[in-house]
Amino acid sequence: MSRLHENAPRRGVRPGRARYLVAAVCLAICVVMLLPLVMSFLASVKPPAEAAATPPTYLPHGLSFDSYRRLWSYQQGLPAYLLNSLGTALLAIAITLVLTVPAGYALARFQIPGKEVIFVVLLVALIVPYQALLTPMFLMFVHLKLTNTLLGLAIVHAVIQLPFSLYILRNSFSGVPRELEEAAVVDGASSWQALLRIFIPSVWPAIVTVALFAFIMSWNEFLGALVMMSRGDRFTLPLILAAARTETSLGGTDWGMLQAGIAISMVPCIAVYLLLQRYYVSGLMSGAVK
Amino acid sequence: MYRSRRRRLVGFAYLAPALIFVLVFTVYPLGQMVWMSFNNWSLITPPRYVGLDNYRQAFDDHQFWVSFLFTVKYTLIITPILIVGGYLLALLTSSNGPLRRVTRTVVFAPVVIGLGVSSLLWYWLLSPDSGLVNRALTDVGVIDKPVLWLGVNANTSNFAIIASVTWKVIGFGMILFVGAIQAIPTEITEASLVDGASYWQRVTRVIVPLTLRTVLLVTLVSVIGSLLAFDQFYIMTAGQPGNETATSVFYVYLNSFPYLKLGYGAALSILLAVTILALTVVQLLITRRREA
Repeated sequence: MSRLHENAPRRGVRPGRARYLVAAVCLAICVVMLLPLVMSFLASVKPPAEAAATPPTYLPHGLSFDSYRRLWSYQQGLPAYLLNSLGTALLAIAITLVLTVPAGYALARFQIPGKEVIFVVLLVALIVPYQALLTPMFLMFVHLKLTNTLLGLAIVHAVIQLPFSLYILRNSFSGVPRELEEAAVVDGASSWQALLRIFIPSVWPAIVTVALFAFIMSWNEFLGALVMMSRGDRFTLPLILAAARTETSLGGTDWGMLQAGIAISMVPCIAVYLLLQRYYVSGLMSGAVK
Repeated sequence: MYRSRRRRLVGFAYLAPALIFVLVFTVYPLGQMVWMSFNNWSLITPPRYVGLDNYRQAFDDHQFWVSFLFTVKYTLIITPILIVGGYLLALLTSSNGPLRRVTRTVVFAPVVIGLGVSSLLWYWLLSPDSGLVNRALTDVGVIDKPVLWLGVNANTSNFAIIASVTWKVIGFGMILFVGAIQAIPTEITEASLVDGASYWQRVTRVIVPLTLRTVLLVTLVSVIGSLLAFDQFYIMTAGQPGNETATSVFYVYLNSFPYLKLGYGAALSILLAVTILALTVVQLLITRRREA
């Protein structure tokens, strides 16, 4: 399979030349894809006057972390927004795992009356877009005093992430060999002990995948946060940055600070993606398309 | 007998938390939304039953159609770009050389950053005086005065946003197409090599037909995602000019929250959900056919 292109006999083009062409196209694509990210980062380290210059400069003429300093103390201060985003994401991961690990185990390994019906009910959330459910959820959260709380937003994010997570985990639990489970049962282990000692270690990659997707979704999610968080001190990172795009300082958008915020928002996502790329891609293959 | 009944109860106990969560936070809100859609309700005044009036109102509402048609237009333009572009990228990078693997990683990277954040990034790149797009186009000599990309003309805004979203999500289709292309058995590609087929003959007669199911599924996922577009328009145009670039989800949001027309917003939500439901059913049918 890896020789797919190398062996391609192209009419009129010698194989050697085709290889250089492919390499050049690959490089050009990489440059185009990376350029916006690089330019944004470079803009975040421009000195204040240069960051606000019109027309903008391509490359910084000086190096300054002033934009990051301004972001650090913007409104409630960057630490507050980072904590809101991080707290929501961790809660969303926790809720998702606590609900879907046992549920996936049950669906894969237990005879439950009406199991198929229950599975369909659980996947209802997959069919109804959460964008359409936000108004009734908001009204419910007003009653439960969950608006403007990290827990409330984490619940919204768990609702979004539940079907995908359940699907991935059910399939993983189904794939655990029966002999492993039987050995544990012969040893007198309860189903709970079997889950902890046999199943969870066996489906570890699926658990990492589920946590990874929940983190990236929650960290980036915008509309749910916009609806649920009205108090400025509860804003997540995307919300405060979106607010900062129109709020003016010194008579215009503070572009340098905005780029600093963009860089800080992107770093965790890119980092976990590069570290856990294998889990990410396998999760996408099994979850998004099947 | 006792053991198996007990085991069923234990299984149900493992399932119960997730089931209760979905009943409380998805099924109940869904029911409430249906109920709301038959009422006139503004949070301040108590709900009043109006039957199908909210739905009738939608069909006579000019902005409902503006939003719906704009969303459809956005979807119809961006979907072929994402599918064809993603597929070409997959053909280019599906074999496992180091440069191709790096290209794949780079093209996929924007998929993991937030749509809100990437929209802010492009909001800057496309800004009239401070953006690098206008600066670069001026330097190359394509334009002589800054173009107002966002929020002034609906078509220009749509075009600019489509470019930015393409950058952000094209890697999604690519990575799934790479998976499908790599899953084609080696014997088949080798057989077509022996037959002396040219590269493009192999692509059109072997590779594309054998990955068609993935193409269909990615198309549906892209269509559903595009019909639910919100973040990019909220951030980059705020619906301007005159709500011409307010998408369907945007219009639901406007009615439910700033305007507080909860019943009407719920009716719009239901119309949206029904559209998505139809597409999801098609998606499930395609999936089932392969499993059967």
